[in-house]
Parts: sequence; C-alpha cells; structure tokens
Amino acid sequence: MIPEFEKFKGFKAKNLPKEEPLSSGHRACQGCGEVLALRMVMKALGKDVIVCNATGCMEIITSPYPHTAWKVPWIHIAFENSASVASGVEAARKVLARKGKIPKKHVDILAVGGDGATGDIGLQFISGAMERGHDFLYVCLDNEAYMNTGVQRSGCTPYGAMTTTSPPGKKSFGQVTWKKNVPAIMVAHNIPYVATASPAYFLDLMNKVKKAALVKGPAYVHIYSPCPTGWGSAGERSIEISRLAVETKVFPLYEVIEGRYIISRKITKPKPVTEYLKGQRRFRHLDEDHIEYIQRRVDAEYEKLLRLSEMA
Amino acid sequence: MSKRVGIEVSIAISEAVGLAKAEVIPAYPITPQTHIVEHLSEMVANGELDAEFVPVESEHAAMSCCCGAVAAGARVFSSTSSQGLSLMSEILYIPSTMRLPMVVVVANRALSAPISIWNDHQDIMIQRDIGWIQTFAENGQEAVDLTLHAFRVSEDRNVSLPMMVNIDGFTLSHVIEPIELPDQEEVDKYLPPFKPRYKMDPRRPISMGPVGIPEVYTEAKVAHDMAMKKAKRYILKAWNEFAEIFGRKYDPVASYRTEDAEVLLVTMGSISETAMTAVDTMRDAGQKVGLLKIRLWRPFPGQEFRKAVGKTKVLAVIDRCLPPGALCGPVGAELRSLFYKIPGSPKIFSFVAGLGGRDVTVERFEEIVDKARAYAKKRPRELYEVIGVREK
Repeated sequence: MIPEFEKFKGFKAKNLPKEEPLSSGHRACQGCGEVLALRMVMKALGKDVIVCNATGCMEIITSPYPHTAWKVPWIHIAFENSASVASGVEAARKVLARKGKIPKKHVDILAVGGDGATGDIGLQFISGAMERGHDFLYVCLDNEAYMNTGVQRSGCTPYGAMTTTSPPGKKSFGQVTWKKNVPAIMVAHNIPYVATASPAYFLDLMNKVKKAALVKGPAYVHIYSPCPTGWGSAGERSIEISRLAVETKVFPLYEVIEGRYIISRKITKPKPVTEYLKGQRRFRHLDEDHIEYIQRRVDAEYEKLLRLSEMA
Repeated sequence: MSKRVGIEVSIAISEAVGLAKAEVIPAYPITPQTHIVEHLSEMVANGELDAEFVPVESEHAAMSCCCGAVAAGARVFSSTSSQGLSLMSEILYIPSTMRLPMVVVVANRALSAPISIWNDHQDIMIQRDIGWIQTFAENGQEAVDLTLHAFRVSEDRNVSLPMMVNIDGFTLSHVIEPIELPDQEEVDKYLPPFKPRYKMDPRRPISMGPVGIPEVYTEAKVAHDMAMKKAKRYILKAWNEFAEIFGRKYDPVASYRTEDAEVLLVTMGSISETAMTAVDTMRDAGQKVGLLKIRLWRPFPGQEFRKAVGKTKVLAVIDRCLPPGALCGPVGAELRSLFYKIPGSPKIFSFVAGLGGRDVTVERFEEIVDKARAYAKKRPRELYEVIGVREK
C-alpha cells in the first residue's frame, strides 16, 4: 500500500474545497465535459500546483492573451510535450530546493493534455517521463477525437464513431479501430498509480486526482470528457452520457495501485450499449451488426478487466 | 588562477558548463555531441556539479524539458547536433519568443540524406530564424569562452533570450587542444546567479505561453525582433567584460590581415584557422588577401561587418551549407542583402565548400581567391559555386 494515502481521508460532498484554481469566464463550449473535469481536477489539487498544459481545447479556452482563467502558475509550450515540460519543471524544483533557492514545500506538478496529445502525438514524451520516474501527475482529458482542430479521429476515438476523418460512407462505417487502451500502456510503465475517472462521479474523480498527486513518482489519470460539439450530443446531457458510459461498461472506472487493478464501480447489472450510443450523432449511422459487435467487445473488455482485478 | 591544460574540446565545454553551475541539463545523445553530455552526466554522478541531468528520450523532449526547467527558474544547458537539432526545431522557436534564457551548444554536423556524421553547417543554417542568439567558435578556447559568454548574455535581464554556441563537429568537438580553463572565482565574478524576471511560482502565479490572438501576435513577434536587435549591445558589453576578467577579447566580426586587402575571404567556425594559414601563404606570395571571420551570426552584426570590410572591393564568402534551389548559401545571401545598393559596396562571390566533412584545404582557399579575382573582372554565370566537387 502507498503510505501517502493513509493520511488522505478523501473528499466528501460536505468538505469540497471552495477554491477554484481554474476560474469561470473561460471560453469553453456549452456543456463541455472536459472543462468540467478540469475544474474538478484543479479543485482537488488546490493552489500549490504548477500546470503544464498541452495545446488543445483547454489551452485555448483558458488563455487568450491578455486574459487567463488560471489562478495557479500555468505554462503552455506545445502540443505533444507537456510531460517533458513537466519533467523540466520537476527537475528544476528538485535542484533549486536542494540548493535552498526555493522553499522545500511540496508543489504538485500537473501535466494535462487531450487524448490526441496523450495517446497519439505525445505518447513517446509521456512514456519517457513515466519511465524516468519524475514526481508528477499526468491527466488525460479524453474527448475521443481532435476536437480543437474540428473533430478528427484519434487513436482514442471509439469503434464506429463518426469524425471528420473517419466519416461513414458507402464503404465505411466510421472509425474502424477499437479505442487505444492508454491506461494499460501507462500501467506497463510500472508507475505507482494509474486510474480512470469520469465527471459523472465527481468525488471519485477528485479523490483519484488527489491520490495521483500524493503518490511519490509518476501517476496517470485518464478522464472521460464528453464533447457535445464533437459528439453531436445535447450539452445538458454531458453528465448523463458520462454516467451511461460507466453503467454500460463502455468506460469502466478503476485504479491500478502499484500494478494491482481495483475496480472502483463494479457494474453488476449493465445497461445495453445502445442506451449509451443513442443521442450521440457520432454513432447515429451504426447498424445492428455494428452495435452487436460493440456490445460483444465491450463485454469482453470488461471481462478482461475483471480478471485483472481478481489477480492479487 | 586559470590553468592551461591539454584537453578535448567537448570535455572543456562541459567543464565550462560546470563552472557556470548549470542546474538542469536535459540531453539526448547524438554524434558528435556525445562527449559533452557524457562528461556532464559524469560530473553530476560524481557530485562535482549539483545539477539534475535529465536523460530524455529525444531531442524534442530535451528542448521541451529545457523550457519547463527555465520557466521554473533554473539555469539550463543542453547540447545537440544535426538530426537532433532538426527534431528540436518545432520547439526552438518557442523559448525565444517566450524569452526563456538557456544555452545550447551545437556540435555542427551535416543533415541526412545521405546520412553523414561529419561536419558542416547545414544543421544550424536551417535554424537561423529561430530567434536565438547564435555564435560560432573557431577553436577550443573560443568554444569554452563563448559558452561562458552565452550564459552571461542569455540571462542578462536586458536580453533574456536563449543562446546557441556553434562548434564544428569532430574538427572541434573531438580534438585535444591546449585550453585555458578559468577558475571558479573568475567565473563567479563574470557570471552572477540566474535571477529570472518571471518564473512559475505558486506564490506569484502567472500564465506563460498563452494564445496570441491576431490583435497581439504581431506585437509579440515585433517585441522579439526588437529584443534581438537590442541584444547586440549586451553581447558586446559581455565580451568586453570577458576581456577584462579573462584577458581574451572577442568581436562579432574578427579581421585577419585585412589591411590594404584586395580580396577578403569570409568564413565561420573552425575553417577560419585553415583560412588564416591560407591568407599567410598568399600574403607571403605577395597577394593582398585578408580574412573576415563571423563570430556573431544572430543578431547579424551588419554595422560591424561593413566596417570590417573597409575599402576592400571583393568578398569571397564561404558557406558550409547548400540550400538546393536557392540563389546562394545563407551567409552569401545575408551579405548580398547587407550591401545591396550601397554605393562603393564590394563585389560578393558566393562559394559552397566543406560539406559533410569534406576538408577545405589551404589550396582550396587559394582556388577560391583566384576565382573571386577572375569573377571580379568577368561576371560568373552562376550566383554561387560549389568548390571541390569530384568530376568522377
């Protein structure tokens, strides 16, 4: 067990921090699940944090000069490299604290990026930073496509989804590949803490982020982030869709603590995936065969996860 | 007291970085830069240098890591070459406009294809517009001195720009030379601790690297350009102070036997040493030939260069870079635009030589001077000429 977790009692609805390190008034779309998740991430982390933001929606909506939504130190360098930038911040603070040039007080270092910045273009950078063991946490806000550039498919786009570069047509049904399992890639780095989270379960999300920050060494949290604009879903349904993703086993919530899988929310009576798929324009074109395939594969993936969690 | 030692230039550069007390050193290995970072990691491992050596997984990550480390307030050094510099390229433009000071030594090497580990200047020339201050070293001593100078200038609050010191791969990086290594006290006198104007500190939060909407982007770029132009004054000032402390004086453009010269060779980097021998040989034979060595490449010292040319009527400019389809090499193009339509300006002939490790010998310099003299009488058909191409 991780000693840092012992002192942490967990956030409860009653003791939610009042601080908002990410202030309102930013330029996110209505119903953006990503900025909602980011707000919870920042609430969990508080003010003693340095944020390294990858290029993407969250970067552009929070920082159009001369405005900023950030009440904590924040840096944006480029798209793929927020984990490397965080490595630099961490290394600098280590040596500066050793030399007495900055206070010894711990400051969390957060690298944050979307699914493209994390699972595609930035994978090598994150892998490097995880492997080197920097004390930081990486949060992936996964809205399942390149939304900032206009909804192009990424490696994290789900099977069958329509995007502008995986359009359904006479010879295509949308995204042909299954969603890349980025958390599993992170687990393979033998880092102490990996978790998945969803804004529909905000206490669970905040607790996981806090644990990721508390743990010594690298940690990774993969957060499901609905995008009404890119998914063709109603803005007011973002939380509902997030919950359905969990209840249908499409996006299971779990932690991997020192290699041990722990399912955060066991789904004993799963809803059919159709309930999740409907109401999202990106899945509208899918026929029964495809939906049936998705159901089978979702069940199989969940079974795999269950088996992993049964390994002590 | 400084000491004069026989030492490999790469090792001497690492020693200089150690004397500068660099705090974060993100680096990825690439020939011929390797000895520099190997020695630095050794110094950190032995506790001789209190720094974090970050063995990143690519040059792109190295530069990204540098940016984070400077923004957090540390003194940062890295080194690379060739393909590695190209891989960094996307990021290189960012710390310069964000005004994040750091020092990078580039052991200059050819670019693929065909793959070549040997020396020329193609790697740095495609990076000439990244908005970094760029200097070129002629020998090992200069490599050490320019490295110390780079920290001083880069971190000067009036400058606050990243700086690149170019040393020729192998011809400089891997040779053993007698080099005067300054002692710690002298370096401390020359180089005060790094005090960034802005850094990421939770006690005083700032946002760095925001979106530049059309209403501010131009101004951000103009501010960067102005900073580069203003930097020259502080570059010169830091060289003057260097001379006072260490007794070696550097200029943005160095002249060698230019008095009454009819033809001036123009070089950068280590071939300048061969060029000096060539000038001596030609002078002995009664030819009025001199040499100008460009030490400061960005910001380009136009005024100093024009002054150094004086009344000479013919310039033979040597580029160690061949940009296919261009009008001539980048140094040639720079000088042509410097003198364009200026009354009494010299005739400028552009030569490309020494690509991918091909030696530029004394004989080649003589050939270049002969050609420049001939072209001054009869205009050549082409705007540049590649020297020493094998017929078979």
